[in-house]
Amino acid sequence: MTSLIQIITVFAKIGAFTIGGGYAMIPLIEAEMGKRGWISEEELPDIIALAQSAPGVLAVNVAIFAGYKLRGVKGSIAATFGTVLPSFLIILAIAMFMTNFQDNPIVIRIFNGIRPVVISLIAVPMINMARKNNRTWWAWLITTATLLAVALLKISPIYILIVIMVLAFAATWYKEKKEGLR
Amino acid sequence: MMDIALIFVQLFWVFFLIGIFTFGGGYAMLSLIQTQVVTAHHWISESTFTNIVAISQMTPGPIGVNCATYTGYEVLVSAGASHATAVIGSAVATFALILPSFFIVLAMVKFYQKFIGNSLFDGVMSWLRPAVTGLIGAAAIILITDVSWAGIPGLSLPRFSIIRDNFIDWKSWALFAAAMVASMKFKVSPIAIIVAGGILGLLLY
Repeated sequence: MTSLIQIITVFAKIGAFTIGGGYAMIPLIEAEMGKRGWISEEELPDIIALAQSAPGVLAVNVAIFAGYKLRGVKGSIAATFGTVLPSFLIILAIAMFMTNFQDNPIVIRIFNGIRPVVISLIAVPMINMARKNNRTWWAWLITTATLLAVALLKISPIYILIVIMVLAFAATWYKEKKEGLR
Repeated sequence: MMDIALIFVQLFWVFFLIGIFTFGGGYAMLSLIQTQVVTAHHWISESTFTNIVAISQMTPGPIGVNCATYTGYEVLVSAGASHATAVIGSAVATFALILPSFFIVLAMVKFYQKFIGNSLFDGVMSWLRPAVTGLIGAAAIILITDVSWAGIPGLSLPRFSIIRDNFIDWKSWALFAAAMVASMKFKVSPIAIIVAGGILGLLLY
């Protein structure tokens, strides 16, 4: 059984390198949880779908779900604590000692290098997930439509997920009825 | 002293509500925090909040959590509390922000585990999985380019403008491509790639 200390440590590592928003956490989850066998490529989209459908901070929601998978409610608490701890300490250090952090030339140079790299890392799990899970033309159509709706039309992800849930429910229901299963 | 106690209660309540009503990630959360903390309660000034947002985006960790931690601290300092008290303010704001998600996500996990394997639920998930893949792709695209599309599909083409904050020059693109190759082809861990990006940024800029 995975120990709580191990969950806290791994999620603290993930939290410390989640730079620039919740989606930046996904490649870290994929790598750090994947190599420990805590999660499969098939489970990753399920976790993100649920985390995105709940209110609050995406990365925290992912941690709650992933932690629960490992050790139930205790695992959730450990994973959330681990995710939040590094940022909490870093922010406090900045608030107390270096209020002009964002104007520091060395910091600016480091982050000029980190930003494009993080964007690249966000794109990688998208490619991995599409290759592993999109087995039908229909799945590719949903992926493309969602991508365009968010990037081009700037529709909020939550509305897209709700619409897809309703349509998928209706379509599955209809299909089962037609096949005489319902 | 009474004032400080009142601020703690208000801080908890405000961030608890923000935790319940934010859908759609960190940026939606920032404007909600701003409305409450700057406009409604006058706890901190507009310029302090702008600083908080800049720092929240640059430091590791989820933006919403960073912003809550920093705001909690600043609110107490602005009210004349000691630094130690302000640290508790940070903890209160962060805890309050996370608390609602905790119960909601746990309920959803139970629901998920109960219904996985049910044909109807699996049918819904089989549509949601490719949608999530699209969401992640969109998150990457939005960080690369801003798309403006004024007009009717087919009549006008969307206009793309590169996000200059993220892609300053050709070196940014080189780093972007190198990270892609390192991750996809050589399976280098994301942490190693981020550290390398930081070091190269320091050397190149």
